[in-house]
Amino acid sequence: MGGGPRKGRRYNAGVAATRAVRPGAGTRRGGGRRRSPALPADLTAERCRQLYRQMVLIRRFEEHAAEAYAQAKVGGFLHLYIGEEAVAVGALAAARPTDDVLSHYRDHGYALARGCDPTACMAELFGRATGVSRGMGGSMHLADRSRHFWGGHAIVGSHIPIGTGMAYAAKLQGRDDVVLEFFGDGATGNGIFHEGLNMAALWKVPVVFVCENNLYGMGATLAEESPVRDMVIRAEGYTMPALQCDGMDVVAVYETLRVAIAHAREGRGPYFVECLTYRFRGHSMADPELYRDKDEVRRWRALDPITRFGARLVAERISTEQELTAVGDEVEEEMLRVVAAADAGAVPDLATLSQLVYAHPIDPTTPPADQEPQLAPRPAASGRR
Amino acid sequence: MEESTYREAVRSALREEMLRDPNVILLGESITGYGGSYAVTKGLVQEFGPHRVMETPIAEAGIVGFAVGAAMGGLRPVAELMTVNFALLALDQIVNSAAKFHFMFGGQWSVPMVVRTVSGFGQLGATHSQTFEGWFAHVPGLKVVMPATPADAKGLLLAAMRDPDPVMFIEHSLLYSTRGPMPDDPETVVPIGRARIARAGSDVTVVAYSRMLLQALQAAEVLEREDGCQVEVIDLRTLRPVDYPTVTQSIQRTHRVVVCGEDWRTGGFGASLLAELQDRCFDDLDAPIARVAMADVPLPYARNLERALIPSSEQVVQAVRGIL
Repeated sequence: MGGGPRKGRRYNAGVAATRAVRPGAGTRRGGGRRRSPALPADLTAERCRQLYRQMVLIRRFEEHAAEAYAQAKVGGFLHLYIGEEAVAVGALAAARPTDDVLSHYRDHGYALARGCDPTACMAELFGRATGVSRGMGGSMHLADRSRHFWGGHAIVGSHIPIGTGMAYAAKLQGRDDVVLEFFGDGATGNGIFHEGLNMAALWKVPVVFVCENNLYGMGATLAEESPVRDMVIRAEGYTMPALQCDGMDVVAVYETLRVAIAHAREGRGPYFVECLTYRFRGHSMADPELYRDKDEVRRWRALDPITRFGARLVAERISTEQELTAVGDEVEEEMLRVVAAADAGAVPDLATLSQLVYAHPIDPTTPPADQEPQLAPRPAASGRR
Repeated sequence: MEESTYREAVRSALREEMLRDPNVILLGESITGYGGSYAVTKGLVQEFGPHRVMETPIAEAGIVGFAVGAAMGGLRPVAELMTVNFALLALDQIVNSAAKFHFMFGGQWSVPMVVRTVSGFGQLGATHSQTFEGWFAHVPGLKVVMPATPADAKGLLLAAMRDPDPVMFIEHSLLYSTRGPMPDDPETVVPIGRARIARAGSDVTVVAYSRMLLQALQAAEVLEREDGCQVEVIDLRTLRPVDYPTVTQSIQRTHRVVVCGEDWRTGGFGASLLAELQDRCFDDLDAPIARVAMADVPLPYARNLERALIPSSEQVVQAVRGIL
């Protein structure tokens, strides 16, 4: 068995075969080769160039967001995804646009990889009415229903049963959409993670759980927060098939998620994927990073998913160095426009405060007949049971 | 006019809405074969199948989180939490998910779901005898309903299941076997946010909800018989949003008010109601606002001690006499 993830194989906790991508170890499973898996046939040259561009877009977006944070244009918390771009980009490339996506609060990468308008995302960080969430959510709560991106969620693990419920709704209504849920290794210590996985497995719900193991739960090391080093082991107790992959390799993530999503879409129940990855920046902008040493950061930075995939595109003659540089320049110019346009957006009106608390506010001073709730149209819950 | 028990009224609302709307699902602990801890969902799994009446693991946070997601996916979930005490395990999902999404994501979607749960006591011990409606009524984004009569239990539950916002529907274990008239039209919806004048009177207003409505009505009879006092009793029915116009108009007629609840005195729902009524009605009041609430003590097991604590009609009588 080579370096690629094994299709449909249930992870066996008894076989400690996954010491995949610790820095310097290269990509391997079960002592496989160090190289990335060969490009799958459906990753055409054009799609590869798109994936590369998406990762660059996320990187540059966040660099500009960090700059804006330093200028106090962004308030509150800002959690950067830099270093983990291959996970969002590879995973969402394997999904359909109608598959529903929920993520943790380090959510810029998912929003952008889902195709959300970068200006509306930046405007959200700036607290503007033109933001994806109308300036009500901020960095941790980007969402765009039209793109089936149901939000960054900032109570760790809280979205895990929520995505499970969404997937159940799709199943009951006979849709074959799948839900993708992204969370960190830190979430696996929370009871809600286990409640969600338990239900998903019990009811064979079409959901793919994607654990981004970046080795830290804020400032807690993996060894301090978890008795297991490989999060795929968590899936074993729920009889859930699981795969671990190199989260610094966009192709490996794509291939692994393709297997997982196909499994869920075929009605075979939930799937668990662990992406081994690393955040290059601190937990948030306020993090002095006292809990990890600089050597470790340097080793992981050597696995930078963008430079790594770029080198591969050049090696496989998909792109030239000059073309990759041009992508960086184009995205940089776009980001300058994005920041300016976001900054030009209006702040939310004060009236927003009372308009958004309820979908159907109730005013007891008017007769009930005048304020019947608008019943949502009801698609028939026919079909698959 | 037909009669029904409170339990049958709740079940009939669930059943009729499930027949009307194929997107309504029920989920909860022991609600299928067992029929629910208070036998409310008895027979529903046989009629609608396990995909719409779902037996869940004992996992309250997961149940509510799952229901939030099911609602986002287009279903109309009704999650049963066996008692309001167990709802504490689901507080995060109720407060941080259900109540927040419409606001926090800029109105992109709402969470049309109902959490049905139960208040009450009866020698159940300190962890199973609590009353937390004040905590839920505290949270913008939630609607909180506590019916006192079978007709309201049905009509308000129908309204809750059709509402686009998350509704906490808190039943009372000591009301399940009470009987009352049901409207002739079985589809009569009772709108959320409307109080009801349960008994008209001119001397004092007593505001109550859930089981305390029954205590207030008993007290009103005693006060009429023994004191010649005409008590106006208001059944609040909805705790968020409160129907302040109905209450303040009553106070403008009676100039006296007693606020009744079963939750603890400190920080309880009644405390907030009292503060708001004082703001709105100070000039109409001829006496300080009186309050009936639970003493700040956990509920004990011993029957005599529990009885000494639970707010009763005698306490309502005394509270009214204190401000006459």
